[in-house]
Amino acid sequence: MRALKKLFNTGILGAARGSRGVQRGMLVTGLILTGFFIIMAILAPMIAPYGFAQLQDSHGYFGAQQPPSSKHLLGTTVGGMDVLSRVLWGSQTALLVIVFAVVMSIFAGVILGLVSGYFGGWLDRILVVIADAVFAFPSLLLAIAMSIVISGGRSGLFTGILSTAASITAVYVPQYFRVIRAEALRCKTEAFVEAAKVIGASHWRIMFQHIYKNATRTLPLIMTLNASEAILTLAGLGFLGFGIDPTMGAEWGYDLNRSVADVSAGIWWTSIFPGLAIVLVVLGITLVGESLNDLADPRLRSRGAANLDELEIASEVSVA
Amino acid sequence: MPNPVLDIQNLQVAFATDHGSVNAVQGVSLGVAPGEILAVVGESGSGKSVTARAVLQLLPSTAVLKGAIYLNGKDVLNLGADALRAARGHDAAMVFQEPSTALNPVYTVGWQIIEGLRAHTPKGEKFDKKAARIRAIEILRKVGIPNPEERVDYYPHQFSGGQKQRVVIACALVLEPKLILADEPTTALDVTVQAEILDLLRACRDDLGASVLIITHNMGVVADMADRVAVMYQGKLIEQAPVEQLFAHPQQDYTKRLLAAVPKIGLRAPAVPIATDAPSAVSAVGLEVTYPGKFGRPGHLAVAGVDFEIKAGEVLGLVGESGSGKTTIGRAMVGLAKATGGSLNVLGTSVIRAKTKAFRAIAPEVGFVFQDPASSFNPQLSIGAAIAEPMLVHGKAANLAEARPAVEALLAAVQLPTEFFARFPHELSGGQRQRASLARALALRPKLVIADEPTSALDVSVQARVLELFAKLQREFGFACLFITHDLAVVDQVANRVLVMHQGKIVEEGTTREVLTNPKHEYTQRLVASSPIADPVEQRKRRTLGR
Repeated sequence: MRALKKLFNTGILGAARGSRGVQRGMLVTGLILTGFFIIMAILAPMIAPYGFAQLQDSHGYFGAQQPPSSKHLLGTTVGGMDVLSRVLWGSQTALLVIVFAVVMSIFAGVILGLVSGYFGGWLDRILVVIADAVFAFPSLLLAIAMSIVISGGRSGLFTGILSTAASITAVYVPQYFRVIRAEALRCKTEAFVEAAKVIGASHWRIMFQHIYKNATRTLPLIMTLNASEAILTLAGLGFLGFGIDPTMGAEWGYDLNRSVADVSAGIWWTSIFPGLAIVLVVLGITLVGESLNDLADPRLRSRGAANLDELEIASEVSVA
Repeated sequence: MPNPVLDIQNLQVAFATDHGSVNAVQGVSLGVAPGEILAVVGESGSGKSVTARAVLQLLPSTAVLKGAIYLNGKDVLNLGADALRAARGHDAAMVFQEPSTALNPVYTVGWQIIEGLRAHTPKGEKFDKKAARIRAIEILRKVGIPNPEERVDYYPHQFSGGQKQRVVIACALVLEPKLILADEPTTALDVTVQAEILDLLRACRDDLGASVLIITHNMGVVADMADRVAVMYQGKLIEQAPVEQLFAHPQQDYTKRLLAAVPKIGLRAPAVPIATDAPSAVSAVGLEVTYPGKFGRPGHLAVAGVDFEIKAGEVLGLVGESGSGKTTIGRAMVGLAKATGGSLNVLGTSVIRAKTKAFRAIAPEVGFVFQDPASSFNPQLSIGAAIAEPMLVHGKAANLAEARPAVEALLAAVQLPTEFFARFPHELSGGQRQRASLARALALRPKLVIADEPTSALDVSVQARVLELFAKLQREFGFACLFITHDLAVVDQVANRVLVMHQGKIVEEGTTREVLTNPKHEYTQRLVASSPIADPVEQRKRRTLGR
């Protein structure tokens, strides 16, 4: 959570202030989309007109595949649930999965990466081989395998979220591991680490006081980029039927799967809205990640031209 | 001046940065006459490199230029891309500071020399490969590469640092430029190699008639090379004079300070030798350090059987060129390099093949000052936290707040304001950081301090102040010290005794004054003779004697 806090305190807001031009546009668009997504997720219980698994109200059943109307603003699904409510509740599921998946992979990846990079030796070699093996798997296949192992395929809201998050974690740990290990290898040879060694500091202290603090600068970037991939993996799992039980939680991927048959029948509202939700959230988070990436690199960051008029005045003053 | 080769008029350069515009050069006007060597001197950040790079338009895209630069009568700032490309290399060529990065490692040096010729073949004319190769061999011979017919096909890594710089100069010379811009051409080189490169640059002028604009911060190099000197300070040209006049009668206060700060051998009263019966802090007999070789290759013997002793309270200077093994000895004493043979006794503990635990036990007694203060501080820790670290690690203070009074006392001892406690390393200048580094080394009042080239990353005037402080602290704290440096004049200011190292062995040992004024070993003599003296008249005399 500290990394998250750091991201929001210094990373994004600092970057937004320092950005300009197209880069600023990208970042601000991304921030608006992501912010809208987070607010939607938090307020879902209040703004959703119905529950995510609600099939009827006091007037009776909603009815399946009803077109958008004043009662159901975005229509109803083939299962007879309100599309708008499903989309809103789905954002909550998505946010929880992202947070769990990212936090878990950061913890595991950072610790493994630090230990592996700092100590090296046989442990490092084994961990690198495992990480490379995981890279070689198609990520969705790995997530499916993990989800079957963890929950036997499908389950309730909380266990479902956890197992989906864990499956995504297994896919993304190697990325954090690789990045932190590379940074640890770089920092290990820096003079300030040698200075700490000469002082007599313990390995533990060197790892966390000196290397960890200097190894995490790229984390916010991978985090945002991975968050968008996590949503895609979640949607993919749901689409393939390995996600969360529809009666336990709303999930965009599952809704898309159920609406496949509707598309050819001219029923557009059941697929467009969950699909759009996925696209916009992924776009938003990716924009934030990409523009943070550019802004963090001084060579990619755009600046205004230097002001020579100011300079002229300065030199005139000095001559006088 | 008869038609100057280079004429810079009121040049102004500003850079766009995250913190607004920075005016790197503010109204500099200077000229270089044909066949003249002009030295531009100044501290880092004074705008001297930016001025030279502006001549060939080698500045990053964030730079804005104003004023006028005439190179052989061409208005460089208003040249089109093609005309500029034609001027580069032909009218003026650049020699960079670091020869190992200025050469492309995947091409032979011959290819890189020919590259210039190919780039300047007029359009429509056929490029003659054979003739170009002959030219390349010829120019390599001219810059003193032995056996050029064969070595023209060598890759950069097969040359030594000095030879690489010769190749870079050959690349510049092959197009017979009217002007050579040399940006700190010898800073990355050892002093004996520096003397050779300076000779070569002088030959470029004497034999080939090229003008040279040499940028340097080393007043010895200025005295050795220049006809005229331009002094830059904070982006402005503050003084310009013929070399003898500048050294004899500097006009500006800054120039006077700069000249006064230059370390000179024999300036300080000879240090009192330490009594021979004093207890020894470090003793080494037949010390060997071998770096493991790559797979299937024998290791590299960096230190080959060295005997020495440091008495308690004594400053021992260790002098040598890069690769001589001097830094390795210092690192072996604290466990950063593994001593592999002989015996090495640090403060009563034998550290041959010792475990990390043994080094941790003597750590509170030993301080280490690193060469580059910019990288030896954790950028994420405040200066106060960094200085307090030894106290926290060794349980002298439970937390940072408790260590604060002691840290503030240390800051005062190294003449830094106590507000620096909360500052971060990047907010300090190089000299301030190196003082903080001293404070950290002295935090636990160690009996032994190892200083590894502590001033070589600093400007001359800053170096003088840090050395003064170091000598004062040594008197106050009375620690024994191994002072590693490549600069003979620096060692003269601090050390009681000197060891001279060459290729892993100690070739000479004696009191500082003895070794520096009356060197016995042939290598030490060469070392003393190669370091240029910051006095043009004296240096000229020495040079003609040396021939």
